[in-house]
Amino acid sequence: MPRALWTHLVKDLRIEWRSLDAIVSMLFFSGLVVVLFSIAFDPRGAFSQQIAGGVLCVATMFASVSALNQAWAREIRHQVMDAQRMVPSSGAELFLAKAIANFLFVSIVQVLLAPFFFVFYNLHVAGQGWLLAVVLPLGTWALVGNGIFFAALSIRSRNRELLLSLILFPIFIPALLAMVQATTAILTGESDPTLWIKMLVGYDIIFTTVSLLLFDVVFHAE
Amino acid sequence: MTAPATEAASSPLCARLDQVSKLFGSFAALRQVSVDLEPGRCYVLIGENGAGKSTLLRILAGLLRPSHGNVHVFGNNDPHDARARIGYMSHAPMLYDELTAQENLRYFASLYPERACLEPAAALRMVGLDPDLPRTLGQYSQGMRQRTSLARVLLPVPELLLLDEPFSNMDVESARQMVELLAGFRHSSRTIVITTHQRELAAPIADWVLALRAGRVASFEHGSPTL
Repeated sequence: MPRALWTHLVKDLRIEWRSLDAIVSMLFFSGLVVVLFSIAFDPRGAFSQQIAGGVLCVATMFASVSALNQAWAREIRHQVMDAQRMVPSSGAELFLAKAIANFLFVSIVQVLLAPFFFVFYNLHVAGQGWLLAVVLPLGTWALVGNGIFFAALSIRSRNRELLLSLILFPIFIPALLAMVQATTAILTGESDPTLWIKMLVGYDIIFTTVSLLLFDVVFHAE
Repeated sequence: MTAPATEAASSPLCARLDQVSKLFGSFAALRQVSVDLEPGRCYVLIGENGAGKSTLLRILAGLLRPSHGNVHVFGNNDPHDARARIGYMSHAPMLYDELTAQENLRYFASLYPERACLEPAAALRMVGLDPDLPRTLGQYSQGMRQRTSLARVLLPVPELLLLDEPFSNMDVESARQMVELLAGFRHSSRTIVITTHQRELAAPIADWVLALRAGRVASFEHGSPTL
């Protein structure tokens, strides 16, 4: 791992370890979404098996956006970003470190949320359960990678929090569709999730590459 | 009025601004400013709020691009290409509140792999701070943050130091210590550009005093450095 990438990553993890800002807010928010959906729909019916994948993805998505909105807040607060723009290392490493850090935060929330999710929705996995360990990280990376990029793009805007959702959600739709379909296929065992997983892999490769190539332009914009 | 800019571009100038203007929408923050910065000199920028001092510094740092005119820093047409050799200190500390001073400095030092950086603890001692303070930067006073910020700037031992209001939030004694520290850097052929409202504090190291008014160079006078 390049040294600058490691340096940025350790810094982000250290700050989150001390504040727990992102993880706590995401956990609270996603927990709330899971509980509200379990009240809105009868979690004991067979229908819950059908919608559980969608609920999990939407809970993750909304929770992530609350953290992504704050992803660059510390860099903006005391013009830390200007100091980062002055160092002789690539912005792509900063982007990648920030994306990996937030990916880990969201993954921690998903791991903590999963048991409650299965209990609330009375779920049993009919398909190949281990594939969830492939689908969820792929979908999370799609969300976080794009989220970090577009959060950086919108930091100079006054309505940056609104702007992030407006840009991110439409672009995330293909990945969301693939994530929901694959999760539902795994939970119900009624169809093969392979195609959706391939779509997620393709989406991640394309959007991560484009973000890495364009991030320096966004980062060094006035 | 402009500062003399008569030397050829290939001369060993530290930086050159040639007819530089900067527009923010229809507002002209800088208007046709030409300045040559020589190595080992200290330039003090004075002027009222909104005169264009900070904009000039940010253009030299490569954080802003001029709307018109050219900027050369260490022979590069884009100051951004010379950013490893430039140290820029803003009004804001440009550091993380959640980390200690030493953690902040260690973070930035490791982002300069090709420069022989000062030891973070040594840089903090240079600015009169205890490197072993367990407090995070968010618990520091404004003056202490300012000094930590200066330590961050000094860390890669830059050849061009751009300091925006370095004496604000600082008591007179601390400001004098800072001036003595900067005098040492100036004697080692490093160029210093300081913007300040407290001209008398920077006077002991000021080789040139450049006054800006409404984005233009109003005067460019010799200083009387004593350090």
